[in-house]
Amino acid sequence: MKKLIFKFSILLTCLAFVSPVCEAQLAVEQEIRIGNGTEPRELDPATSTGVPESHIEDNLFEGLCSYDPFTLKPLPGAAESWQISADAKVYTFKLRKNLKWSDGKKLDANDFVYAWRRALAPETASEYAYQLYYIKNGEAFNKSKIKDATQLGVVAKDAHTLVVTLEKPTPYFLNLTSFHTLYPVPRHVIEKHKGQGWTKEGNMVSNGPFKLVEWRLNKHIKLVPNPHYWDKDRIKIKTAYFMPIENENTEERAFISGQLHMTATVPSIKIPHYQKLKKRDPKNAVYHSDPMLGTYFYRFNVTKKPTDDKRVRRALSLAIDRRLIVDKIARGGQMPAWSFVPPDTAGYTYPRTFLNESPTEKDLATAKRLMKEAGYPNGKGFPKIDLLYNTSEGHKKIAVAIQQMWKKHLGIEIGILNQEWKVFLNTVRALNYNISRAGWIGDYLDPNTFLDMYVTGGGNNDLGWSNKKYDQYIRKAAAELDHAKRLQYFRQAEDLLMEDMAVMPIYYYTNNSLVSPKVKMYGVDGKLRDWAGNLSDRILLKYYVMTK
Amino acid sequence: MVPVLFILATLAFFFVRIAPGGPFDTDKAIPPEIFKNIQAKYHLDKPLYVQYGYYLADLVQGDLGPSFRYASRTVNEIIAETLPVSAQLGLGGMLFALLIGFSSGMMAASRPNSWRDYVPMGMSLLGVCLPSFAIGPLLVLLFALHLGWFNTSGWNEWKDMVLPSVTLGIMYAAYFSRLVRVGFLDILHQDFIKTAKSKGLSGFKIFFRHAFKGGVLPATTFASIATAGILSGSLVVETIFNIPGLGRFFVQSALNRDYTLVIGTTLFFAVILSFMFLLADIIYVYLDPRVRHD
Repeated sequence: MKKLIFKFSILLTCLAFVSPVCEAQLAVEQEIRIGNGTEPRELDPATSTGVPESHIEDNLFEGLCSYDPFTLKPLPGAAESWQISADAKVYTFKLRKNLKWSDGKKLDANDFVYAWRRALAPETASEYAYQLYYIKNGEAFNKSKIKDATQLGVVAKDAHTLVVTLEKPTPYFLNLTSFHTLYPVPRHVIEKHKGQGWTKEGNMVSNGPFKLVEWRLNKHIKLVPNPHYWDKDRIKIKTAYFMPIENENTEERAFISGQLHMTATVPSIKIPHYQKLKKRDPKNAVYHSDPMLGTYFYRFNVTKKPTDDKRVRRALSLAIDRRLIVDKIARGGQMPAWSFVPPDTAGYTYPRTFLNESPTEKDLATAKRLMKEAGYPNGKGFPKIDLLYNTSEGHKKIAVAIQQMWKKHLGIEIGILNQEWKVFLNTVRALNYNISRAGWIGDYLDPNTFLDMYVTGGGNNDLGWSNKKYDQYIRKAAAELDHAKRLQYFRQAEDLLMEDMAVMPIYYYTNNSLVSPKVKMYGVDGKLRDWAGNLSDRILLKYYVMTK
Repeated sequence: MVPVLFILATLAFFFVRIAPGGPFDTDKAIPPEIFKNIQAKYHLDKPLYVQYGYYLADLVQGDLGPSFRYASRTVNEIIAETLPVSAQLGLGGMLFALLIGFSSGMMAASRPNSWRDYVPMGMSLLGVCLPSFAIGPLLVLLFALHLGWFNTSGWNEWKDMVLPSVTLGIMYAAYFSRLVRVGFLDILHQDFIKTAKSKGLSGFKIFFRHAFKGGVLPATTFASIATAGILSGSLVVETIFNIPGLGRFFVQSALNRDYTLVIGTTLFFAVILSFMFLLADIIYVYLDPRVRHD
């Protein structure tokens, strides 16, 4: 009878919660182990650049804004509110009053001023300093044209008010404040260690939901909740391990045996197997394939024959079967691409124009006609050129398939050539190629992160492509405050890029991972939901919980 | 040894810089001004001979410099943290190779052309043919995933040493086994063994007392080569089992163009290897009276 009453009381407790999973189902041991790709190069948010690093930093630190775990929309973080001036150039952030570093020291607006000045300072040598170029004089200061840091557009009006002045209106600036380059860093710790090794185990102090307790090279990084975090009651996870596992097969085996709860990758050969399992039992599925803000594409060098001819580029692009590549080769649930910017990037979707998933009869006829017009009827006289890719089994398979498609449909013989990553980068930068494999993952949720790349003289413009009108549209979009009008400018710019086929989109990336059904997430509203990925592959453990 | 290391350091220093691409090349182009700042931070903007001078000056003090990739660590720290792991793994692999190799080789030699010979020799043929990147996952599949006796990867408890050591050592166990068998068969046909036999000594005594030293001789010479192989082989095994050892850095550093770490690990492996060769020579002298008398 006692047992029955006990059971009944548990039932009542469960019913008391509105959430679909009741609290009684939470695991006793709130420990999560996450596969995290490569060993982090560093954990200094100002200078780090990689994804594995950001996974950890996003949990150790918190910017003015933080991310919604599902949508990534900016939420109040270290700042509890903000005001934007009418010309959208001045942001006034009100910081929370009770902010502390993980060692208990107080944190205020001056820490942000320090952190941003440091990230921009030339001697810090941050690769991502340009994430702060939106701030007034940010670029000039970073390039040593201005020596005086007080001229930067970031001022602590008082301990709890941070005034940020921008160079020009930047609609995605709030999103940037939750990006790691803009995180606050502990001045007292950095100065104590003279800038060297302050992120090491034992030294590291941070302001986010978690703090670092162990950093074992190539083994793991261990985080525990930060007792001084302002929103610490929300945190359920007690221990988190980020484990660098480079080999995807090793990672998968560790997941199967229960040593990992989440993986960073899935071996592509195993994806069909996991897809089948998911179909059979969707409720307990471990395989997740989430859209990502990124595009897999081929670059054309428009300064070299024969890819300097627009007709050739269009013909090449029309003749490939993107559906086949995605379904039979890449096999990660990717979507065949018809544009450079992935669909639904901050409300922007480039309409399907002339690229179909699989080439139609008409497409192939057009492609052949274009080749003929360019002087290569049935591929005759087409120069021997190479398709360049960086050494990887996956890239190779796609290159071989595309080589065959071009041979079959256009009658041309193209060689394929692989180079080791760093050599490849040099070759591409030097425009020493005709066609090369490429991929781009957006830095922030805005079409600009893609389209800005191909302005004349842009640092990542490795095509030799230049279009005055395109540059104009990108500039206009940057200055435009009205969202709809901005997107219109982007549309016009991308029209030019696609019309010229300077880049050949192949597919939109997906983020494939294995996640144990035990891992659940709370929404900002406090409701428990199944785990779901987000566009930028952010892991926000503050909202995670382990269930039984 | 010092001149060898000096030449090696010099070669490594210049070779790694001749390779296209640098430690800070990424797919997202860095604005030239920022790139300059980074180069300045690591003295990469200075002429090569100046960089070389800096490097040598640090090297003679035993300082291998900061890692270019792992910004918060020095090469010395990386080696100090990961070497014990690799050493344990290498030792485990070597022990396994010696134990299995010697016992099975001796077993085969004691009864040539019987099942006691064919079984271990057949196994050793298999061991030589199967590469570790095939054996490793197979062992994991069977002993970790299917039987659940071990973890699939990691380096946390003593049990984690078993599968990697076996994977690492199995090929060398096979070699040892063959060499030991040949060595013993060769010795057992020598005249002094025949003499011992005719004197009426027991087979056991002949085998371990008279034939042993000569029998293991060929295998001993091979041991130093095996050490080199186990050192470089640890890279594959460390990757398969996700072991935080030095081997992974050896190749990764070259791919990352982490100049200081490349030279550091190269020098380090060179020191260990020369030491091993020296050790092999000493053991050889001890075992083979013919060398000693020269």
